[in-house]
Amino acid sequence: MAEAAPTVQLLSPDGVLQSDATAEQYRPYIDALSDEQLRQFHRDMVVTRRFDLEATNLQRQGQLALWPPSHGQEAAQVGSARAMRHQDHVFPSYREHAVAMIRGVDVVDIVRLMRGVTHGGWNPAERGNFHLYTLVLGSQALHAAGYAMGITFDGIATGDPETDEAVVVYFGDGATSQGDVSEALVFAASFQAPQVFFLQNNHWAISVPVSVQSRTPLYLRAGGFGIPGIQIDGNDVLASYAVTRKNLDEARAGDGPRMIEALTYRIGAHTTSDDPTKYRLSHELESWIARDPIVRYEAWLRSRGEGDAFFAETATEAEDFAADLRKRTLELTVPSTDRIFDHVYSESHPVMDGQKQWLADYEASLGAEG
Amino acid sequence: MSDTLAKATGPATGTEQLTLSKAINTGLRRALEDDEKVVLLGEDIGKLGGVFRVTDGLQRDFGERRVMDAPLGESGIVGTAIGLAFRGYRPVCEVQFDGFIYPAFNQIVAQLAKLHYRTDGAVSMPITIRVPYGGGIGAVEHHSESPEAYFAHTSGLRVITCSNPQDAHTMIRQAIACDDPVLFFEPKRRYWTKGDVDQEITPATLSMESARVVMAGSDVTLVGYGPLVATASDAALAAADEGVSIEVIDLRSLSPIDFDTVEASVRKTGRLVITHEAQQFGGLGAEIAASITERCFDYLQAAPARVTGFDVPYPAAKLEDHFLPNLDRLLDAVDRVMGKRNSLTGWGNR
Ligand SMILES: Cc1ncc(C[n+]2csc(CCOP(=O)(O)OP(=O)(O)O)c2C)c(N)n1
Repeated sequence: MAEAAPTVQLLSPDGVLQSDATAEQYRPYIDALSDEQLRQFHRDMVVTRRFDLEATNLQRQGQLALWPPSHGQEAAQVGSARAMRHQDHVFPSYREHAVAMIRGVDVVDIVRLMRGVTHGGWNPAERGNFHLYTLVLGSQALHAAGYAMGITFDGIATGDPETDEAVVVYFGDGATSQGDVSEALVFAASFQAPQVFFLQNNHWAISVPVSVQSRTPLYLRAGGFGIPGIQIDGNDVLASYAVTRKNLDEARAGDGPRMIEALTYRIGAHTTSDDPTKYRLSHELESWIARDPIVRYEAWLRSRGEGDAFFAETATEAEDFAADLRKRTLELTVPSTDRIFDHVYSESHPVMDGQKQWLADYEASLGAEG
Repeated sequence: MSDTLAKATGPATGTEQLTLSKAINTGLRRALEDDEKVVLLGEDIGKLGGVFRVTDGLQRDFGERRVMDAPLGESGIVGTAIGLAFRGYRPVCEVQFDGFIYPAFNQIVAQLAKLHYRTDGAVSMPITIRVPYGGGIGAVEHHSESPEAYFAHTSGLRVITCSNPQDAHTMIRQAIACDDPVLFFEPKRRYWTKGDVDQEITPATLSMESARVVMAGSDVTLVGYGPLVATASDAALAAADEGVSIEVIDLRSLSPIDFDTVEASVRKTGRLVITHEAQQFGGLGAEIAASITERCFDYLQAAPARVTGFDVPYPAAKLEDHFLPNLDRLLDAVDRVMGKRNSLTGWGNR
């Protein structure tokens, strides 16, 4: 068995900056951040949580078919997303709402997905290279590996982290059991691709605990693929930021792929269709609520002198965000029917064109009778 | 279709005799020359040149970055090809044998086929997946299958297959130049068939999407593809001796299907026989029979007949001759659509 390394934690659950050797190693990454950047981490997390709440409400009110909340996982997502550089590519699963926002995805586009208006939502090239949500678990790990292989083949790594590219793939503890995740680790290692495998271990895959997926800490699996793996406190936004920053820069410099396991917890249901009281105990939930990423970070910011004004301002910002989201969601229209026939192939094709025409004529004839 | 074929610059080399496998090899070579974004990945395709030697010499001439021995995982090969396509590459994957495509099924039907659609056309997936397929070579299990229907059923994919060296050469280049994902099925028992190959591609060159009338005829339309086009042609010659004129059509594209060519033929002949090695149920034959019946029911003088593999797993090699459609079974079906009584009526309508 591989040697277990300490879990990287920079902020304790009560918001105290750690000073052990591991924490000290990552301190320079934090010290380099401006006060404004540090405040932004907080805003990102607060707005994301408000987003989840609003989207959940919209689902309850019949406006969305489904909502997969990221509540509890904000620190893992915000820290890692803020660690990326603008040229990086992100291949998400389906719960990475904070990452999406930070990379420039319009949140209404995520809502459109869950409302049943589209299966896609955005053009990655126009949205911070944030690729489409992927629902077939683990599939995106290979897309990320292929993209990262392409970076290697292009041979454009210059040693300048400001321009050299890297790729991050997000996946969950359940997805680690998928063959595609293992194959992606194999391919990324084989080609020494600049890729960070960012695992959010939120301890549950719907109703199945992580112990069913793995008998070994998941970050240790990476070693078997020849990939350095590291475990972090995923509810610590500073750890998530610093460790991702370091590993991404190592990957982009040509050191090969990396894996980060962020220990976190899905505070909410798997989705709005799920009832977690059927399979998990409240004391577990409570123990994780006590490790809330936002509470911890707020405590630290306050200890550094951040005052009430900022937190009040952030709260207002989140409310405004929610109101705007609600307004724009209710304004969403159903796309025109003929859209279902578009972009099956790269050029229009008589098969789909004929069916499009048939449906248009048919529906028009119904209207004429009605 | 991308403009890579149009800007292909290599000198025309004139016509030469090549095996089907070599014809694909030269097609791959031309594609690698024409577009630096073309990369090949698959198992054993480098030094070895693939288990059928289709990629022979390509790694030597284009290097390990253009012609890659991938780690041994089909899902990985197709999945990373998708990532490479996102990056602007034009990957050509080799799946070593038909029966080994299934580990990549999710990546092909649930990912690759849909990405252009899901991005509202913003992203293209110009990926070609080469698959040696079909039986008749006395192979062990999983090496003789015809899985084309699974992919033909999937919207967003193009599924094509070649039957002769010229088409093999032209079609692999057209497939690679195409901006859509293409499943390119190679009839492995015809790899060693020789034929003239002209490497020049002009606007007049038949497109991979159009069916080809192999032999004109007036009594029966016999539709086949891939390995059975040769068998169908033999059947047409044999039938001619008995005074029956068969029009043989090589489908070439299995999705989308060039129904116009088949329809025009059936309007003329009034009779349709379809053949493939794949199992009958839910196969291409069923689709063609249904579509052509819808299109030209009034012209049909007999119910369409299918000559296919049986609805059983592909049998052990010593029994495969009993499974595969052959000349006699084709002639038998021709008899039936001609209204001649014979011992068989097709197992569906007994
Ligand atoms: C291949 C596949 N199998 C099953 C599912 C159904 N499913 C959706 S989410 C999920 C659990 C995923 O758990 P995990 O990977 O830990 O991610 P989390 O939802 O906890 O973020 C399952 C089984 C799926 N989407 N894809």
